[in-house]
Amino acid sequence: MHKFANPTQFMRIANAIYPWVAGICVLLFAAAIPIALMFSPPDYQQGETVRIMYIHVSSAWLMMMIYGIIAANSAMFLIWRHPMANLVARASAPMGAVFCALALITGMLWGQPMWGTFWVWDARLTSTLILFFLYIGYIALADAFEDSERGDKAAAILALVGSVNVPIIHFSVEWWNTLHQPSIIKASKEGVDSSVHSSILLPLFLMMGAFTMFYFALLVLRLRSELLAAKIRNARLSQIAGHSAAQPAE
Amino acid sequence: MSVFTALLSRDLKLALRQSADSLTVIAFFAIATVLFPFGVGPEAEVLSRIAAGVVWVAALLAALLSLDRVFTVDFEDGTLDQLLLNGQSMTLVVLAKVIAHWLTTGVPLIIMSPVLAVTLQLPAEGYGTLVLALLLGTPTVSLVGALGAALVLGARRGGVLLSLLVLPLYIPVLIFGTAAVEAALTGMPSAPMLSILGGFALIAVTLCPFGTAAALRQAAE
Repeated sequence: MHKFANPTQFMRIANAIYPWVAGICVLLFAAAIPIALMFSPPDYQQGETVRIMYIHVSSAWLMMMIYGIIAANSAMFLIWRHPMANLVARASAPMGAVFCALALITGMLWGQPMWGTFWVWDARLTSTLILFFLYIGYIALADAFEDSERGDKAAAILALVGSVNVPIIHFSVEWWNTLHQPSIIKASKEGVDSSVHSSILLPLFLMMGAFTMFYFALLVLRLRSELLAAKIRNARLSQIAGHSAAQPAE
Repeated sequence: MSVFTALLSRDLKLALRQSADSLTVIAFFAIATVLFPFGVGPEAEVLSRIAAGVVWVAALLAALLSLDRVFTVDFEDGTLDQLLLNGQSMTLVVLAKVIAHWLTTGVPLIIMSPVLAVTLQLPAEGYGTLVLALLLGTPTVSLVGALGAALVLGARRGGVLLSLLVLPLYIPVLIFGTAAVEAALTGMPSAPMLSILGGFALIAVTLCPFGTAAALRQAAE
């Protein structure tokens, strides 16, 4: 695993898998969007609003997965000082925040017709909102220092603190109030629980796959531009250094 | 250990000589609480319903205000670097500073809270539990707060940032702190909530000092 700490090594692999990830992402979206938004049957209780759920659940899945990725990479960065782990964590954070916001917004849009209100202080909405604040705090802390390395480390520590706290917050809020329906996908020995019909599960899984691939494709792009920006910065710095050495009067 | 006691007595002495700092926090606590009757109206039944929550929220905000002085002065005048160079266990150093913070902010807040609860018409059954809940909850507030304060050392807009980092982490304490008082008011046993608050304090005291020490080490680098 340590050989991936080298940006060149890491990017060689990342660039090699990027076309595949991007291609699968496009294919999955091409399948998921029409099936989920047009051809899948409306729910017998929720009607057409069930289609919001495809976006909502996929965003919620990503916001949690990305937090896990940030926490794991922060740990790797703090323990082994892997520069790539830090880059992955920092590049993921804004995406996690956006998916978190998307989950909240789609949840509210779904709540209005279903519950008759945009917002209820139920356990899952509340802990998602808190997770959103944790994301914002992470991004703000990472950018708050003149010395970017200081921001990297402080944010990494915060991510680990958050990963200890997320379950505590979740359990507290759950205890505090529960109104939201229990989770609909339950993995069991027979595979997936049958409380949801397969006509709804298939588009949901397609959409979740598409979202996940979208995240990985975007991550590679962000890492690539981040490394290029660092290269440009270094080239500029050495250029300036060369100039001032040649013309000390300036 | 001698560093621990020396630091603790030094911080307490400093707090005593600059007692205006602690007093300002208490004054803020009082003002923030007193604003609520103006906001929601003076009816006794509304106020007594929200009293515990208001006291808790105001106490958290007041504690938040006091957090930036836990490490900032030592960070700016170089004391922190000296402590790090000393080869002392940073975890102990952090623990000493947190205890000093709790004694100079947490304890005054706890002492003040029944007085403010009176103005909010908290029913008589609630006082004991409120004080007990604050007693068990404020150590967590100081421990988590110190971690946040160490993370934002030297940051731009540190104060605002600190509230953004720390307040979400205070939510569990707030939930169980108010739930304990609520239980006491409705005649339910409040011991479960108080036990959970104590549990949070134990988790915080075992984990936070290490995180804070790590944050301090990288702040001084």
